[in-house]
Amino acid sequence: MTVHTEMSVTVTDIELVADAIKQFTLERVDGQPMPAFAPGAHIVVSMMDAGRLRRNPYSLMSSPRDPWNFRISVLRVERSRGGSVFMHDVIAVGDTLTISQPVNLFPVDILARRNLFIAGGVGITPFIPMMEVLNEKGGVFELYYSIRSRSHGAFWSEMSALYPNRVKIAVGAEGYRFDYHELLINQPLGTHLYVCGPKLMLEHIFNIARDLGWAQENLHFELFLAPPSGSPFTAKLASSGKEIVVAEHQSLLESVEEAGVDAPFLCRAGACGQCETRVLASDGEIIHNDIFLTDEERKSGTKIMPCVSRFVGVGLTIEL
Amino acid sequence: MDLKFTTETYRDDFSFRNSPEAIRRYPFPFHADSYMYAINMEDHVAGKPGTAYEHPIDVDEHYISEMADRALVLKEDPLRCQALSHMMTAQWDTLELLMIHQSIAYPDLFTLERDKDKCHWINRPLGIDDKFIFGDRSTLPYEPMEYIMRQSQGDFCIVDQRDNSLWMDAGMVTCQADWSLDFDIGMSFMEWHAPVPMAHELGIFDRALKFLMNVQQGRPARRLNWTMTVNPRLDTSPENYHKWGSEKTTVTKENIGAKLHLRCELQSFWRLPRSNALLFPIRQYLISLNDIATIPKWACRMHRVLKTIPDPLAEYKGFSRNRQLAIDFFAPFDNGQETTKGADPE
Amino acid sequence: MAIKSRPIYNGFDLEMPAQRHIFVLEGEGALALLEKVNPSHPMLGQSEILYSPVGSSHEQAIVKLNAANFFTAPSSEILLNRFAAILSTATMSTRLYAAGTEGFIGAAVNVAARYGVKSASIVKEHRGSLRRRVQCVHCKGFNSDITASPFHCEHCKLYLFVRDHFSTRLNAFQGVCVNAEEPHLFPEPVELYQ
Repeated sequence: MTVHTEMSVTVTDIELVADAIKQFTLERVDGQPMPAFAPGAHIVVSMMDAGRLRRNPYSLMSSPRDPWNFRISVLRVERSRGGSVFMHDVIAVGDTLTISQPVNLFPVDILARRNLFIAGGVGITPFIPMMEVLNEKGGVFELYYSIRSRSHGAFWSEMSALYPNRVKIAVGAEGYRFDYHELLINQPLGTHLYVCGPKLMLEHIFNIARDLGWAQENLHFELFLAPPSGSPFTAKLASSGKEIVVAEHQSLLESVEEAGVDAPFLCRAGACGQCETRVLASDGEIIHNDIFLTDEERKSGTKIMPCVSRFVGVGLTIEL
Repeated sequence: MDLKFTTETYRDDFSFRNSPEAIRRYPFPFHADSYMYAINMEDHVAGKPGTAYEHPIDVDEHYISEMADRALVLKEDPLRCQALSHMMTAQWDTLELLMIHQSIAYPDLFTLERDKDKCHWINRPLGIDDKFIFGDRSTLPYEPMEYIMRQSQGDFCIVDQRDNSLWMDAGMVTCQADWSLDFDIGMSFMEWHAPVPMAHELGIFDRALKFLMNVQQGRPARRLNWTMTVNPRLDTSPENYHKWGSEKTTVTKENIGAKLHLRCELQSFWRLPRSNALLFPIRQYLISLNDIATIPKWACRMHRVLKTIPDPLAEYKGFSRNRQLAIDFFAPFDNGQETTKGADPE
Repeated sequence: MAIKSRPIYNGFDLEMPAQRHIFVLEGEGALALLEKVNPSHPMLGQSEILYSPVGSSHEQAIVKLNAANFFTAPSSEILLNRFAAILSTATMSTRLYAAGTEGFIGAAVNVAARYGVKSASIVKEHRGSLRRRVQCVHCKGFNSDITASPFHCEHCKLYLFVRDHFSTRLNAFQGVCVNAEEPHLFPEPVELYQ
């Protein structure tokens, strides 16, 4: 049996906070308070985009102390497979959206003695409530925030004003970049590192940290990896006995959902492992776009993460 | 539901009894005629009226007496209630969750009034009427977890989620099946389950951990666990084992029906919002073999289940000594016919 | 069968990168390092070794390694105090290693935890005696150097068997009354943890 925990919300405010970033304020249609959440949580927004169901995850950036609304920020990604363009160009104040309960895959480690936050672009969002709560509790943190230009970056002036000595900004257009090796080499024992930003930035920083000797237990990340587009393909769903066509700008998971089949998911970004599905037959090549499966599991060809991964070939049968 | 609270004891003269209604609503743990250890997780959704699943946090006729027994245990051994210092946010989450669910399900018994952080809590069965500020420890007579758990049936664990595991970092444990919170506090999921036989080898705990770490806000899960206890004793702790252990040898063919009890645990699993921790209420229900025998289907099934339990599990659950006596007790109720599906009494 | 609550001792792996390596070694634990490196190993120039001999005689062999820093402690307690002082100013670019008896490793893990280091981040190797520290679940008293099970709790005198259940926080196994059900029976002790 499926339990539906989604809620309907009204968009009560939209603000352009940077060149391509809009902030949306959401309130419940039924007038009830929002569920409480822990900093680092995201919600999944469901939208009907030109007759097609999209579900995109966005970090909650509103105050965990304010029970009356949620705020999220959406970066408009041109040439994307949808979702962000729809949110920017179609959604208006007064529209209704469906959102999930908060899900937290990026919590602050409660035992951390110090917290080092590194954000790239719109990756700033989860750190806003983290800093608010830590600041209130007397926790120790620093934010290193990279933006392309001052007009491209959101919230940098607000964060700098709130935490003047603990926020550092690097503006690419002004020729400044952080030296992460320099930053990570002397951090005191007990520091935890959190990175939210593009995949390349994440890999660059984690490689430096591992080479320096940082413990794996102290490295945390959140990656917003939009499901990549690709050639359409068909897939057979063994348990439900259906055959589906995955369109160019649609993920396998979205296509499964469109066919009315319930599939588990949490992050929708290839990171958490919740949607892992067994591949029963495959005549072709699975394009693994996730960062969850091990190299061995990929080679075996027996597992796929339908939220981001695709298929090229003549026949794919999965257990759903 | 009209609850009539009973006054009874879980020690000394053991005056605990189930009413006929309490027997019929018993969460009988065996869904089929044989038994094997399994995760058997399901969504913790509201069940049929007249069952223990009717409300997500169940309050029954034993409420007042169980709370009195808990108070006695805590008086003798305060270490049964402990929380590591980083669990304070989770403690408040827990207080809120239990107050909300109890007051929604039983408005005649419990009332919670809230104006932002100002709270007014009324617990009529226990005669409690307190005003406090949510988040301010100094406005409650106990830490928030202890405060609400002295007013909630069953044991509770609050586990933190980090490093790809769950950590037993707080709890109230006064009616447990042979495990010690004081010893296990601070342990990871695999560590605190270490003494359970067979399940590790079957990979059950790997799957259970993965499941639990993905339990989401607004969507609790549950499972049943069970064991057997001689006498309706709630406090079957390892701490006091040297005091109650000898009771296990007092079971005879003549007294087994009244003395041996099935002890079912309804375990539920809740994501806590502000702390991202998990709350595990472990609610235990006792029923004597005589009471089980009033439900023909259950008595028949007990006979078959007890016969098929692997020896290491019987040993771990602590009833291998009395197993044959129990099988003999239920044998006359086994009519050789197939039982109806599911655990309902009919 | 492996004890699931017991920490996992994977053995020393010296090939993981770090700017600084700190070894805490007790007794035969010195061999965990000595068997893996020779004095030319490049990591030794960035290594500090704290050693508590407790009756073993590996001091000269460690001196020959010519590590960046070497300290022989007259007792494990003094070693751990020095370890704590080092950790209080150490950075995240530091790798920690502990080898020796189970009780010593557990004590080192608990010191490191005070500085925000998780047990899983520490490289560990179990060497030397299998003697156990056991907490009586009834009176909560600790019994050291237990080699046999069952044994009499030195505090409450109950006759305890040693359960294969280990708490890192308490750095002890659990002892549970063996004859609670039949108090007149006293099973023969068996030497298990020499």
